[in-house]
Amino acid sequence: MRWLMNVLTSSIGAKALMAATGLILVLFLVGHMVGNLQLFGGPDMLNGYAEFLHSKPLVLWVVRLGMIAAVLLHILSSIRLTLLNNRARPTAYKLKRPISSTFASRNMFLTGLVVAAFVTYHLLHFTFRATHPAFATLKDAHGRFDVYSMVVQSFSDPLIAGAYIVALVLLGLHLWHAIGSTFQSLGLMSPKLQPIVSAMSLALAGLLVLGNVAMPIAVLLGLVARTQGVTLP
Amino acid sequence: MTLMKLTLRIWRQKNARTEGQFVTYQLDNVSEHMSFLEMLDVLNEGLVAKGEEPVAFDHDCREGICGACSLMINGYPHGPLPKTTTCQLHMRHFKDGDVITVEPWRARAFPVIKDCVTDRSAFDRIMQAGGFISVRTGGTPDANALPIRKRSADLSMDAAACIGCGACVAACKNASAMLFVAAKVGQFAHLPQGQVERKERVKAMIGRMDVEGFGNCTNTYDCEGACPKQIPRRFINEMNRDFIWAALTE
Repeated sequence: MRWLMNVLTSSIGAKALMAATGLILVLFLVGHMVGNLQLFGGPDMLNGYAEFLHSKPLVLWVVRLGMIAAVLLHILSSIRLTLLNNRARPTAYKLKRPISSTFASRNMFLTGLVVAAFVTYHLLHFTFRATHPAFATLKDAHGRFDVYSMVVQSFSDPLIAGAYIVALVLLGLHLWHAIGSTFQSLGLMSPKLQPIVSAMSLALAGLLVLGNVAMPIAVLLGLVARTQGVTLP
Repeated sequence: MTLMKLTLRIWRQKNARTEGQFVTYQLDNVSEHMSFLEMLDVLNEGLVAKGEEPVAFDHDCREGICGACSLMINGYPHGPLPKTTTCQLHMRHFKDGDVITVEPWRARAFPVIKDCVTDRSAFDRIMQAGGFISVRTGGTPDANALPIRKRSADLSMDAAACIGCGACVAACKNASAMLFVAAKVGQFAHLPQGQVERKERVKAMIGRMDVEGFGNCTNTYDCEGACPKQIPRRFINEMNRDFIWAALTE
């Protein structure tokens, strides 16, 4: 397996690793968003979906472990690459202007850091419920865990909803560059595909942002009905 | 003929071991017909006349084909004019009263030797690692004895237009040499003569590129925008594919 290590630590191999792990994360994001949009279908739909996911522990844990591996590889490789890249130019220019690059493409590490911080908070918030321990006792009319109330009550707080919206927009910037970049890094791009991939990258990133921010925004605007349950401290 | 007054902020550095700093020079009577390098020649004549050390900068053919000239001019490699080397940049693209910042390429792999001159021999070592064909091709073959698609010949020529100036490294936020190496790999990848060593070549040249301390590509494409020969990003994509395939199959 030493050859694999050599490949993954070479400049092109490391990029391919970033692209492949990133692709897994994008696919997850699509599934995650589609699942969560059931919020608009009401408490029965969302809570039923949550129960369905938890009724398949084997599948759930295979997906979770795969995600943990992809996230770890993506983050560790990005830290290593960023350190190498910073070392490649020890003296900065006094004046340096961008030519073909974009704000999104130049700031992948920065937007990535924000996304990592957001994901950590998101997990502590909704998965481990460490930020709001009272959520753990939420039950709906069928005795299922009340995901719907948890989400609606959380996003009723403008501070929490605002944090989600800001983080999701930055995630969108990250994805805008990332999705198109994946094709180039894996050698799947061509001059013919380039405009299609660019448009698709922007469209998918935009769709993921819009679909996800729709939830906190809808709650803030009172478009989603509140239900009984514990109230936030 | 319009004459301009210019303020030049130029990087001065005695040698590789000393710290450098920017020194400001005033230059009157700059003709719009001068090339950027001729303008620096005028500055240097004045400095020599005053008994000062002239500004060191790289130049050779002054026809835009050798790749010797460099210079980061006002934040752009080879200056603000696209598809142009510094020697082909004329002063008519500047205006009276302009302040022009002139710096050397900045990269760990391109250490400053003096003032704005950097050591770009890292590129030579990448070429030595695989930028050649070692199969014996015999004497001069008859024309068209070896059929090559027109499209492939054109692509090979596009890649071979690279003059190895290093503007791609200078422009890249990571000081990556990917566009240079991609051009040097790509000029062979489209020709039948390049197929025998195709896998070894891409692995050896990327290996050397990494050893030299260039950064990693993050697909920002400032290299493509800075390239005076317009080497397109497609060659980076093709090299990525070649490298991944070679790494997985060899």
